Amino acid sequence: MTTSLLAAPPATPLAAGEAPTLEAFGLDPWWLILAKAVLIFVFLMLMVLFEIWFERRFMARMQNRLGPNRVGPLGLLQPIADGLKLPLKEDLVPRGVDRPVFILAPALATMPAFLAFAIIPFGPTVSVFGHQTPLQLADLPVAVLFVLAMSSLGVYGIVLGGWASASPYSLLGGLRSSAQVISYEIGMGLSFVAVFLFAGSLSTSEIVASQERIWYAVVLFPSFVIYAITMVGEVNRIPFDLPEGEGELVGGFHTEYSSLKFGMFMLAEYVNMTTVSALAVTLFLGGWRAPWPISLVDGANAGWWPVLWFMIKLLLTISFFIWLRATLPRVRYDQLMKLGWKVLIPGALAWIMVVATIRVLRNEGISTQQVFFAVAIVLGIYIVASYLWDAVRGNRRDAEEQEATAAERAGAGDSTGGDPMAGGYPVPPLDAPHYHGRNSTSKEVNRA
Amino acid sequence: MNLYVPIAVLALIAFGFAMFSLVASTLAGPKRFNRAKSEAYECGIEPTPQPVGGGRFPVKYYLTAMLFIVFDIEIIFLYPWAVTFDALGIFGLVEMVLFIVAVLVAYLYVWRRGGLEWE
Amino acid sequence: MGTERTVAVGIGAEELATADMTLNIGPQHPSTHGVLRLRLTLDGERISRAEPIIGYMHRGAEKLFEVRDYRQIIVLANRHDWLSAFSSELGVVVAVERMLGMEIPERAVWARTLLAELNRVLNHLMFLGSYPLEIGAITPVFYAFRERETLQRVMEEASGGRMHYMFNRVGGLKEDLPAGWLDRARAAVREVRSRMSDIEWIIRGNEIFRARTRGVGVLSPEAVLQYGVSGPVARAAGVDFDLRRDEPYLAYGELFGPGRPGRVVRRTEGDCYARFECLLDQVYVSLDLADACLDRLADLPPGPINVRLPKVLKAPEGHTYAWTENPLGINGYFLVSRGEKTPYRMKLRSASYNNIQVLSELLPGNLVADMIAILGSMFFVVGDIDK
Repeated sequence: MTTSLLAAPPATPLAAGEAPTLEAFGLDPWWLILAKAVLIFVFLMLMVLFEIWFERRFMARMQNRLGPNRVGPLGLLQPIADGLKLPLKEDLVPRGVDRPVFILAPALATMPAFLAFAIIPFGPTVSVFGHQTPLQLADLPVAVLFVLAMSSLGVYGIVLGGWASASPYSLLGGLRSSAQVISYEIGMGLSFVAVFLFAGSLSTSEIVASQERIWYAVVLFPSFVIYAITMVGEVNRIPFDLPEGEGELVGGFHTEYSSLKFGMFMLAEYVNMTTVSALAVTLFLGGWRAPWPISLVDGANAGWWPVLWFMIKLLLTISFFIWLRATLPRVRYDQLMKLGWKVLIPGALAWIMVVATIRVLRNEGISTQQVFFAVAIVLGIYIVASYLWDAVRGNRRDAEEQEATAAERAGAGDSTGGDPMAGGYPVPPLDAPHYHGRNSTSKEVNRA
Repeated sequence: MNLYVPIAVLALIAFGFAMFSLVASTLAGPKRFNRAKSEAYECGIEPTPQPVGGGRFPVKYYLTAMLFIVFDIEIIFLYPWAVTFDALGIFGLVEMVLFIVAVLVAYLYVWRRGGLEWE
Repeated sequence: MGTERTVAVGIGAEELATADMTLNIGPQHPSTHGVLRLRLTLDGERISRAEPIIGYMHRGAEKLFEVRDYRQIIVLANRHDWLSAFSSELGVVVAVERMLGMEIPERAVWARTLLAELNRVLNHLMFLGSYPLEIGAITPVFYAFRERETLQRVMEEASGGRMHYMFNRVGGLKEDLPAGWLDRARAAVREVRSRMSDIEWIIRGNEIFRARTRGVGVLSPEAVLQYGVSGPVARAAGVDFDLRRDEPYLAYGELFGPGRPGRVVRRTEGDCYARFECLLDQVYVSLDLADACLDRLADLPPGPINVRLPKVLKAPEGHTYAWTENPLGINGYFLVSRGEKTPYRMKLRSASYNNIQVLSELLPGNLVADMIAILGSMFFVVGDIDK
């Protein structure tokens, strides 16, 4: 039922260089389908290799280093050398693991990662050996939902890999990782709603087509921000890379994996990074459409040119990930979950309501200016109110803090017997609980 | 159904690649048995025997999973609404506000009950 | 109680058990940078007891002191805390000089002060880089190492060493500073100061860094006094104590005081963030002090930089205690001599040893997730703990 609702795109005639709609799909001959599928697979593999190289070189420049520069020109072959090294390492399967699950988990993580990319549009309709075909493997009436489904499936690889390893680190790494991914998936899903509201479709090609006038990153900026945060959480990268990075959990869910199995988890991670970046480009950054000044040039959005624009946007988005990694520390687990559940989800819901209300008002004939005016007033009141609230509360808290520190000072003075520097040297208290073999926390000392 | 054929083709390729990697990793690498090597890693200390999967899952992860399901369904309801929003008009908006308020009540309840604490 | 299980490091292990649980951090664990081991008892996610287990790196420095003559001791003394080698050498020579009642040439005094401050900057830069690294920020460490490299170049030019300088001698320094070195050192100090903001701005104002360190691992001044915690860790808790000001040695008497470049950096919060900030601000102070020393050295008339020593150096019978404000805290040498060429006993009081004891007070009550942040902010060198 839902599908029939969604699958009612406005009919537009198909022609080369035009933005394709859903109608344009499902018409390719078998050889074209095969070629496209293989190309996407190869593209993703190359992107992973390139990303690894790019990440290391780009981050190195940010850190006054050169990065890998020995293997091949500019070190370009370094990821290939690393990739070749992996299968030549021993493939360990520790004792006590659940063998079938342990072995299949990496595959379970990798496959959905590749699939999600199928619905990303690279460009408009082009002519290949006389066939008019969109530069996109497939499009569905529920394309974006398909991406979400695939990323949910990828979680199975992580949680089962951790579960099957029979090691506390792996288990908890896996659990935390999946808890994080599913939590951020809600925020991510909500950030899409406003886009669908504007585009009137879940099909990626039509979402790109509807951004002809202006990118959704501009119109729906808060949605874009929420998506940008959740996409980082979704692919477990700094500042949300707890499953692998946090010292206590050692390697997280892949602690026990080695050789290509480990490589597959890494591969899945980088493919996922490519996918969420491509999705950001498609949903918010105008997809394959040329950026503003270039889009004025005739033919900038026709033929094969859009692939270039798409690649540039994709690389910039990936650079954003790398930039984050070079800049930010890692958040703590509870902070991460708090951000996801207490900030992003309510924020996204509120924003959806705002967008929907404005749109309804506009559809009802109230002009944009009037809407903006009303919103500005409401916002103004809100800002003033929150400022006053903060000021009042801040004052009260300051006063409380001062009192507390004053009390602490007084307490400290008492327990140390006056000036600790009396006589020019620090004098420890002559009687303290731990002298009697009792271990006390500092708070107890304070109270005493 | 034609729309899904390309995805199936890509799935086949990905499946083939995954299987190839799994087989390759068992064939290509060396095999040198070592008792200590096949133990689970525990910082160089003799590992504690663990049942497969560590035995029990902490309950709070079940909770997170359940909350996820609740909110994921909400998102699924929002999608068709968003797509046909222009056609539904004010009626759609009011309906959705009612729905979101209902979910919000559940959300606040969970929050108040400490379901959103991870310390 | 229930059954006690022992599981090595792993934040998570505790989530599986409901009963009290013992958790070993280390000896092989990245966040202990070295071979410190912590035995934690957990109550759910909270640490209920923490016991630092030390000695994995014990090298018997104190016993070795007893069979080395006073020239050889210096080489041992600069090894326990490998990040503040020059400052540790200083304690030994100051103690021996005090026993001998030796007058040190003025140029040597100022040069030692200068090098000690540069050594302090080197040490602090190391921790300013490694602490963010433990919390997940990977860039500051490279910035810190760039500055370290700049300073190490001048240190190396003067002493020939990059880590274990061996530049102190009883009676002064090994040899005079190279010609033109003062200008190069000044340039290096200027360079480091101008680029310190890189490290500062990437970390100090960072929201995530604050969220992870503010109010975490709060050390009370009482605990500081009880456990003999010293150095930046103590000053971050509000204990206003710095040997450079309170019992000046070398030329510090002329550097600290109103209107002089020396000042004691202090915070009152006592949390991880305050400790980090103390370290950061101390770098600026040390750079100012180094500048003042450079100015003074340039003004001093030429003269000797050491004292000619007899072939066999014997400290007269007696004992003395020399303590210095090392980068990590108070470093003290209690020297007992029976008039022989080797000391009868030389007790070493190292900063990290005391600073780490307070962990048993500091960690309980904290979340395991905060352990990494707290451990990193205690600024210890394992060699300095185990000696």
